[in-house]
Amino acid sequence: MLVSYAAEVGKEEGFNPPDAGDFNLPPFIEGNEFATKPILLVFLSVLLISIFFILSSRKAAVVPSKLQFAGESIYGFVRNDLGREVIGHEFMRFVPYLFTLFTFILVNNIFGIVPLIQFPTMSRISFPYVLAAFTFFIFHYVGIRKQGFFKYMKEIMFLPGIPKPAYILITPLELATYFLVRPMTLSLRLFANMFAGHLLLLVFILGGEHLLQGVIGLKLVSPFSFAIGIALTFFEFMVQCLQAYIFTLLTALYIAGALADEH
Amino acid sequence: MRSIELAAGEELNPLIPHTAEIIVGFIAFSLLYMVLRRAVVPRFEKAFAERTDAIQGGMERAERAQREAEAALNQYKSQLADARGEAQNIREEARVQGAAIIEEMRAKAQEEAARITASAQAAIEAERQQAVNSLRNEVGALATELASKIVGEALDDQVRQSRIVDRFLSDLEKSK
Repeated sequence: MLVSYAAEVGKEEGFNPPDAGDFNLPPFIEGNEFATKPILLVFLSVLLISIFFILSSRKAAVVPSKLQFAGESIYGFVRNDLGREVIGHEFMRFVPYLFTLFTFILVNNIFGIVPLIQFPTMSRISFPYVLAAFTFFIFHYVGIRKQGFFKYMKEIMFLPGIPKPAYILITPLELATYFLVRPMTLSLRLFANMFAGHLLLLVFILGGEHLLQGVIGLKLVSPFSFAIGIALTFFEFMVQCLQAYIFTLLTALYIAGALADEH
Repeated sequence: MRSIELAAGEELNPLIPHTAEIIVGFIAFSLLYMVLRRAVVPRFEKAFAERTDAIQGGMERAERAQREAEAALNQYKSQLADARGEAQNIREEARVQGAAIIEEMRAKAQEEAARITASAQAAIEAERQQAVNSLRNEVGALATELASKIVGEALDDQVRQSRIVDRFLSDLEKSK
């Protein structure tokens, strides 16, 4: 995995359709793995989110300013619609985590369409992995704390109300669901959406750019390619928000499931 | 243009995570979590709580004012009812007292009348007694006088006898 970018490899003349290689951005300091665009963007997102919410929550007035209202709306959305509605009366413990998760994913996703930045950090699988791992450990930890290790495992493995022989089939499935499928789908869904979205934008925008360099007939087609690229940018914005929402919602649902006595 | 530079044999599988990114993701996310948890969530919660409090407080104050107004109204009503009851009692008492006074006055008047009647009767009786006494004296005197006159004349003659009586009576009448 050690990335050392050398000379261009395997690129031919003419239009190279964008591929996975487009996501492997080289470090801007030679040999320093931490000096890459995605890593910079992650820190930038932390900085931006922190500054925005610290400023908007600084006064915490009863009658909010516009800035406070903006920050509060986002916080209130995560707190009430994702926390309270889904988790129930113990929700307050998890609000900081859900809030961090939502804002972190949202901002890093939106980086994908912000001019000059234009790279969705979550299209780098490492970050969704990290987030899914957090969620994975948190909901299992919550379940074990709440019910005790053996009872928790028993509830996962042996669903009540099922004939005994069916456990041969159900138990491995349930185990796989809780310990593999959930974290994998969580991370892959986010990653794949961002990856595919970015790829799609690259295809139309780089395609349009390439068409401009072609013969006159191709030049005329080029604006359509750009137009689709712009339309897709709006579409991507929707997908980016939606993915942040889904990731947070599923996390809340998993936590709620672990807290519930009966599955 | 794009600058895709890949080393020979570079792993292009986008599902393989990158160690540096894992570390950064972990640190950055934890950092953000701590900032939001420490500095942001408590303040928003405080604002929410204060707002809820302000709204609830306002409603509670309104409710309290209404309760107080109702209590005052009830108090006035009960006071009014008390006053009415008291007036009724006073009227009743006055009526009873009036009746008692009338009764007393009547009794007194009757007593007085009885007393007056009794004294008048006594006076009449006394006068009658006096009259009887004086009459008796006078009749005695007259009888004595008549007897002496009759005895002074011859009493065998019937005509004479009656003449004497007539004369006596006419004398008597003249002497009155």
